Amino acid sequence: MSLGRYVLTRVLVTVPVLLGVTALTFSFLHVLPGDPIDVIVGFRTVSPATEASIRAEYHLDEPLWKQYLLWLRDAIALEFGRSPISGRSVTATIGRRLPATLALGGAAWLLALAIGVPAGIVAAVERGEPADELTRLGALAGIATPNFWLGLILLLVFSVRLGWFRVIPPDAPLASLAMAKFMILPTITLGTASAALVTRLLRSSMRRELDAPYVRTARAKGLRERTVILKHVLRNSLLPVVTVAGLQLAFLVDGAVVVEQIFSWPGMGRLLVRSILQRDYPVIQAAVLVIGVSIVLANLLVDIVYALLDPRIRY
Amino acid sequence: MALLEVEDLTVQFYTDDGVVRAVDGISYEIRAGETVGLVGESGAGKSVASLALLRLIRSPGEIVGGQIRFDGRNLLECTDRELRDLRGNDIAMVFQDADAALNPVYTVGEQIAEAVRAHGDVTDAEARDRAIALLERVGIPEPATRYADYPHEFSGGMQQRVVIAMALACDPALLVCDEPTTGLDVTVQAGILELLAELARESDTAIQLVTHDLGIVAELCDRVLVQYAGEIVERAPVEELYYDPKHPYTVGLLASIPRLGADSDRLATVPGPTPSLVDPPTGCRFHPRCPYAEPACARRHPPLVETDSETPAADDDPGAHLAACLEYTGDLEDGLDYEVLVRNETDGESHERERERTERGEPE
Repeated sequence: MSLGRYVLTRVLVTVPVLLGVTALTFSFLHVLPGDPIDVIVGFRTVSPATEASIRAEYHLDEPLWKQYLLWLRDAIALEFGRSPISGRSVTATIGRRLPATLALGGAAWLLALAIGVPAGIVAAVERGEPADELTRLGALAGIATPNFWLGLILLLVFSVRLGWFRVIPPDAPLASLAMAKFMILPTITLGTASAALVTRLLRSSMRRELDAPYVRTARAKGLRERTVILKHVLRNSLLPVVTVAGLQLAFLVDGAVVVEQIFSWPGMGRLLVRSILQRDYPVIQAAVLVIGVSIVLANLLVDIVYALLDPRIRY
Repeated sequence: MALLEVEDLTVQFYTDDGVVRAVDGISYEIRAGETVGLVGESGAGKSVASLALLRLIRSPGEIVGGQIRFDGRNLLECTDRELRDLRGNDIAMVFQDADAALNPVYTVGEQIAEAVRAHGDVTDAEARDRAIALLERVGIPEPATRYADYPHEFSGGMQQRVVIAMALACDPALLVCDEPTTGLDVTVQAGILELLAELARESDTAIQLVTHDLGIVAELCDRVLVQYAGEIVERAPVEELYYDPKHPYTVGLLASIPRLGADSDRLATVPGPTPSLVDPPTGCRFHPRCPYAEPACARRHPPLVETDSETPAADDDPGAHLAACLEYTGDLEDGLDYEVLVRNETDGESHERERERTERGEPE
């Protein structure tokens, strides 16, 4: 199968997956205890007429499957209605929050790869040497440190004590120097554990590949050791790293709840937590869709990178 | 001066069970254009001895002694840079199990062109043309198209041809072939052997052929080294080895070649397991398995001597027939009792040789 057809099939497969994700979250939300009407009216007693009109407005009087289809129709047009809590357009809220989360998650992901890949290579090549032990200790510390603690310590030391960074985000556009500077600490906080994970994963994967017969063939040809490692061994070692890096990308984008809280970062994580606490159904629904899409996209990306790295993978 | 001179080469592996001397002081020479077979059972240290030629022994293994002189240069004293210039360029290697020896994620063309580029000042296009020519030379049909295919798109035999093409990339003076036909179908094996024979005939490339298959040796080699438990126990021109084997181990190896229409109804084997190299047998390493062993064999380690004159293997006469057995130092009381039967088959053009050990009885 050609690469183009392979990618096309992978893309097409994502459609039923996304439908499944939305249908599941839609039904889960509606089996939760409590009536959305109570949230909308603020837990006051209202007349049956008012209740009926609200039910009609939010299509709550329709059967569940019809509610889902109605929601799906709007979702395709990126129309998620208004939040009954804030009264603002859900689409606009997400449109404001998503870029902030993507920026932070993306930066943390790049940091994780920028540290994890070279550290993993060095650790694998220098097995048993001081450099290997050093990365082992570093990775252990990185994985074992809870990110809320790391974030608080960084904030305490560099922002509060030393005053190098602001404690809360500046009032500046996302793509500005001031914002970029502020993002340094949350990026480190968020990216450390992933960097550690990538380091260890690449190390073990490369260790295995270094013993492969084709590595000996490459050396027997008289290639430079650097070429042997970076061209022959690395590419074969990347598959497990790509899997995890893809999942990490989704995880960093979706799972930054704690870090966003510590650094007052106006991202999706805080939005999701608040909307769950407030039973803000339209926002939860839209946020879950965003998370679902991001994970599906990350997996799609992983599949494509797989095929690019290894010609044997063309299902 | 011979092209390759190996002197007292010793390679050790450090394992949990102890130090393993996989290669224990072997010496031999290969002249330009000559094809020399290195035979023995699995675990005799043949592959290790071959990898050592390119210093490809990796931890926990180590070359601990001896000299490997190529064109008069001691490889064990080369810098990394000099070694890199030599690998693939002067000495190239054909590995066993081509499927694993090729990198699965690069096209076969790239893997050959890479070897060309590593040693020559060539453009990418020139390297590509050279790679295609090499693919053609080793008998890959439609080489220009196949250039861009990946190893998994080739059959085992074709993969082995690709590995050979890779080794030929820089016209090496010495080609080390490590079990080049292991794991291939017999018909495919024949094709690969024919290719190697052609190379040996047409170019002045010397070949060191490592194999456990004496049939292959008979077809391709000028001279044979028999390795047992890390040591060379017999060295002879190929005809002499087959018609007049001197070491009991060689006799056992020859007797274990299965053949159609053999008189015996069971396969002959060399009895007993290959010895542990952590704690090798005292004296002659073959004595626990040797049908002719005497008490002296467990005490005295036999030197490799010329079988007719009993002089040590000091001279470098390639035609000499050497063996490491106390019989040839005059220390064996009863001698070796076996008889070589050469049987000429009449059906077909091939002459099949056959050896059988006779019952203990009258010495020759």
